[in-house]
Parts: sequence; structure tokens; C-alpha cells
Amino acid sequence: MGRLTVDLCGIELDNPIIPASGTFGFGYEFAEYYDINILGTFSFKGTTKEPRFGNPLPRIAECTAGMINSVGLQNPGVHEVIAHELPRMREVLHKPVMANVGGFSPEEYAYTVSALDGEDSVGWFEINISCPNVHAGGAVTGSDCRATGEVVGAVRAVTKKPVIVKLSPNVTDIAEIARAAEAAGADGISLINTLLGMRIDLRRKKPVIANVMGGFSGPAVFPVALRCVYQVGRAVDLPVVGMGGVSSAEDVIEMMLAGATAVGVGAANLRDPYACRDIIEALPAALDKYGINEIKDIIGGA
Amino acid sequence: MVKTVYTVAGNERIARDVYKMELCGDTSMITAPGQFINIALGGRYLRRPISVHDASGDALTIIYKVVGGGTEDMSRMAKGTRLDVLSGLGNGFDTSVSGDTPLLLGGGLGAAPMYMLAKKLTAEGKRVSAVYGFASADDVFGVDELRSLGVDTAVATVDGTAGVRGFVTDGVPETYTYAYSCGPEPMMKAVYKKIKTGGQFSFEARMGCGFGACLGCSCRTVTGYKRICRDGPVLTKEEILWEG
Ligand SMILES: Cc1cc2nc3c(=O)[nH]c(=O)nc-3n(C[C@H](O)[C@H](O)[C@H](O)COP(=O)(O)OP(=O)(O)OC[C@H]3O[C@@H](n4cnc5c(N)ncnc54)[C@H](O)[C@@H]3O)c2cc1C
Ligand SMILES: Cc1cc2nc3c(=O)[nH]c(=O)nc-3n(C[C@H](O)[C@H](O)[C@H](O)COP(=O)(O)O)c2cc1C
Ligand code: FES
Repeated sequence: MGRLTVDLCGIELDNPIIPASGTFGFGYEFAEYYDINILGTFSFKGTTKEPRFGNPLPRIAECTAGMINSVGLQNPGVHEVIAHELPRMREVLHKPVMANVGGFSPEEYAYTVSALDGEDSVGWFEINISCPNVHAGGAVTGSDCRATGEVVGAVRAVTKKPVIVKLSPNVTDIAEIARAAEAAGADGISLINTLLGMRIDLRRKKPVIANVMGGFSGPAVFPVALRCVYQVGRAVDLPVVGMGGVSSAEDVIEMMLAGATAVGVGAANLRDPYACRDIIEALPAALDKYGINEIKDIIGGA
Repeated sequence: MVKTVYTVAGNERIARDVYKMELCGDTSMITAPGQFINIALGGRYLRRPISVHDASGDALTIIYKVVGGGTEDMSRMAKGTRLDVLSGLGNGFDTSVSGDTPLLLGGGLGAAPMYMLAKKLTAEGKRVSAVYGFASADDVFGVDELRSLGVDTAVATVDGTAGVRGFVTDGVPETYTYAYSCGPEPMMKAVYKKIKTGGQFSFEARMGCGFGACLGCSCRTVTGYKRICRDGPVLTKEEILWEG
């Protein structure tokens, strides 16, 4: 037990840092740059029942202190993930991984979760009901309590592993959605997924992103993410994985004070492949600076 | 891919809105012509991908055009500026399949990576010819340095103010064993249709990471999807699927 350890749904993490889904692939690319076992864990690329190519290019736009992506859950489908991605991942990650699952109906989510449930390397499921890139106009599955309850209930029925439900900030009342997930049997909540955003190319006078809109993330969204984590942390009696714009050890401490048990890091990995390593290395000194002994003591302290 | 620091050793205008920047630092991770570097700029969230124009020892050069805020920042950088760079990105061109008389076709800034490719091919003893295409005489760069390698270089401009009037495809010689191309997509599409041999084409895409992590740059190919940044930017003629 070090001063950075936290407990996430009954599984101990060496530290709270979790590279966020879609920004870390299946880990092996980053293992070329550093030993990814220094991480708490990571959440692998959003996986669906069927293979998905995703959206047309351009899928990326730059913003002030952030970016928009409209990747659209590109992945080879759950069976290919099990056959090819997870074996490669296991060569470089020797701890439980968080399996991020996307879908279009409760049955589809349940199918993908049960397919992955037999994989020993999967420690948690992260159920993405909040991707703005797969429905027309940026709508998300988890935008109302009923749909949220249905998906979480269907997934809950097919696995005993911890189910963490990933929420969208693009809703009227995020606390209400979190309570619906809790009522349907979720073991944890993660948030935030990206905010729906857009940019226009002034030279072409057309949207930069081929799909017009996409998911906005990066340092610019940090205050919104922090607010959401704070609200959800107070609304439910479940551990929260806080993310959105985290790029430093100080941001991690702030997220945890707002109520996060663990902290996701997304876009920062893309700008700098060493971002998570550097945050983990900076954490002890940051704890010292703010007079914190063990990081778990600050969860929800604000 | 290696994260490293390059120091600006020179930065001069060489054509209309086009600059050549000399950088100093470790280039050992550059293993093929056609690879690129991804440069972090203060106050801009995403890095800027720019092709390697030449690299050897501690020296690396890039050629870039000012098209927006990031490249404008670059054009103002003084000697001694230190840049946070991801270097040695992408697959680059494969020279082993070129045959004895390869042809290089560069359009606009697509001429930038051709110099290092020509250097490698000529060093391998091949007789290289090239066609560079630009909009106008003011945009022309890189022709003399290519000729100094002994490359038979033709120039085409759209308005006819330098070289022949027309497009890169109008300058394609009768015989060549292989074609290498980099430039705007409409140009490469025309080259693809025109050439009778095999070839390699270097593509661009808006990039989130530049090293294969985000799938922001995926394109479909005959052999499945590929990430322009990591499995490319160079694709072979046989695997390209033109979209749209
Ligand atoms: C593999 C690769 C190699 C390249 N090599 C060169 C080169 O050698 N010389 C050169 O002048 N240019 C090159 N480019 C294009 C260069 O990356 C863009 O011109 C540059 O990023 C524009 O930045 P900006 O801030 O000036 O423009 P802005 O339009 O303000 O940039 C906004 C955002 O869009 C991105 N973007 C804009 N245009 C492009 C583009 N054409 N391709 C990819 N991203 C773009 C920027 O990176 C940034 O994230 C290359 C692009 C790629 C993908
Ligand atoms: C390129 C990219 C791809 C993403 N793909 C997924 C995904 O497949 N599944 C998912 O749940 N979230 C996905 N996200 C959202 C992130 O996991 C994270 O919730 C969000 O980006 C906020 O964190 P950040 O501000 O640190 O990026 C993606 C984000 C980015 C930038
Ligand atoms: S730009 Fe991220 S995978 Fe290519």
C-alpha cells in the first residue's frame, strides 16, 4: 500500500491514473514509450459487437486548449478484440484492464459485455452510454433515465464484474442520470465523455469536421468536468472516475477533492504520449506541496 | 517515435509564404525519407505535422508554408528557439522497389519530402527524374537542389510563369520504372491515373496524435483501414481506395 493507492470497486489501483478510452488504444502502442504497468489501469478503445470503421475524415479539429474528435467508435468488433487486441495487450499490461463497451441497444451492450466477461484480464466494464459521435446530431444513448436504466440493467444481468457507467455532460441534469444508473445496478460512474462541439474552417467556410459536430475535450473542459464530478459524487453512493481536461498532478488532486476515486486522462495522451507517466511521477511532490499524506484521504473532500 | 527537443538553427523564406527551417538535434530515429515530425507550439493544443525535407547527423530541415496561425508562429521563430517535437513518425518511402529509373512527382509543398528521397535513390545508384508542379513562378522552390543531385528535373506551373504550363502530370516522361508522389489529393489522383508503373503516394490528414493512438486519421485501403500517421503517410498504389 503506497500513498497513491485507491480502491476502485473492490480492485486496488497502484495510483488513480487511468488513460481514458479512445486515447490509449489497447495500450501496446504506448508500451513502446514507457512501461504501462506504472498506470492505475487504462480503459481500452470503445468496443462494439460489430466492427465499425467510424466516421469520414476529417475527424479532428483543434480548439483553444482542446480538440474535437469525431472518430465514431472505430474498432474491429468484440470478437476481433478478443482474438487479436487483448493478447497483444496482455504482453505489456500485467494488471486488470477496464473494458470500454459501446452499443446501439441494450441487447447489443449485453452481447459485447458477455463476450468479454470470460476474459480474465478484464477487471471492470466501462459502459459508454455517452458517445456523441455515433448518432445523428450528436444524440447520446444516456440522455434520459429510462434508456440509461435499460442499458445498465441489461449489462448487469450478464456480468458479476464491476460495471462503471460513463456519462455524457450533454444532458440537462447529470445527477439524475447517475441516480438512474445506480438504481439499475451500476457499481461506479465515470464522467465526463466529450462535450458536443464544432469548428468552422474560415478558408472553406464549412465545418472542419466531416460529420459537422464532434466531441470536445481537453483542458478547456476541465471546469465543466469538475462541476459534473462534484454533482454526481453527491448524488450517488458509488465511486466516481473523474475525467475531462486533466493534464497535471494538480488537476488530479482537484478532481479527487471534487469526488473522484480515480482519474481519467484523455486528450493529454495525444498531445504528449508521456502525459500519464509524467503525471504519476509528479503526484508525490504535489501531495507534499498541499500537505496530503495519502491520496485516498482527499476523495470528495472539497 | 521519439520525443525530443530540436533547436532552430535557421529559418528563411524560400518562396511565397514558404519557409525552410533548419533544426538541430538527434535525427537517429528518422529511418526513411517521407517520414514526418510533429511539432508542439506554445498556445496551440495539437502538434503540427511537417515532413522531413532532409536529415543527417544532428541536422534536420523542414519546408513549410504559412497557411494558418501555427505555421505563422513558426515563420517568426528565431535561431535558438527550442521545439518540443515527436520525431521519426510514419513509415516513409520504400526505395527498395524503385527499379533503376524512378520518377518523383511533387505538387506544391509535396515537393518538400522529395529531396531526401532523391538523395537516397541517387545514393543507391539509380537515375532519378522528377516533375515539380506549382501554381506560379513565385511558389517554386527546391528545384536547384534537386538538380544538384543530378536529378533530371522538370517544372510545371499552372499559369505557365515557370517551366511548362500545366500540371505535374503534363511533365511525366516516357519511361520510368516506378513513381513516388506527394501533393494535394486531386494531383495525386491524377498521377495515380496517369502512371503506368507501380508507385507510392504520401497522404495528409488532420491528426490528433500523429503516432497511432487516436484513430483520428484512419482511411480505408484495399487491405483494411490504415492510420495515415502510423501505417502511412505513404501508401502503395495497389492499396489506395480513393474516397469521394
Ligand atoms: C504527414 C503530413 C506531412 C505534412 N508535411 C508538410 C510539409 O512538409 N510542409 C507543409 O507546409 N505542410 C505540411 N503538412 C501540412 C501541415 O501540417 C499544415 O499546413 C499545418 O498543420 C497547418 O497548421 P496551421 O496552424 O498553420 O493552420 P490551421 O489551419 O490554423 O491549423 C488548424 C489545425 O488544422 C490542422 N491542419 C491544417 N491544415 C492541415 C493539413 N493540410 N494537414 C494536416 N493538418 C492540417 C493543423 O495541424 C491544426 O491542428 C503536412 C501534413 C501532414 C499530415
Ligand atoms: C480521440 C478520442 C477518442 C475517444 N474515444 C472514446 C471511446 O471510444 N469511448 C469512450 O467512452 N470515450 C471516448 N473518448 C472520450 C474520452 O475517453 C474522455 O471521456 C474525454 O475525452 C474527456 O477527457 P479529456 O478531456 O481528458 O480528453 C474519446 C476521446 C478522444 C479525444
Ligand atoms: S493522428 Fe492519431 S492515430 Fe493518426
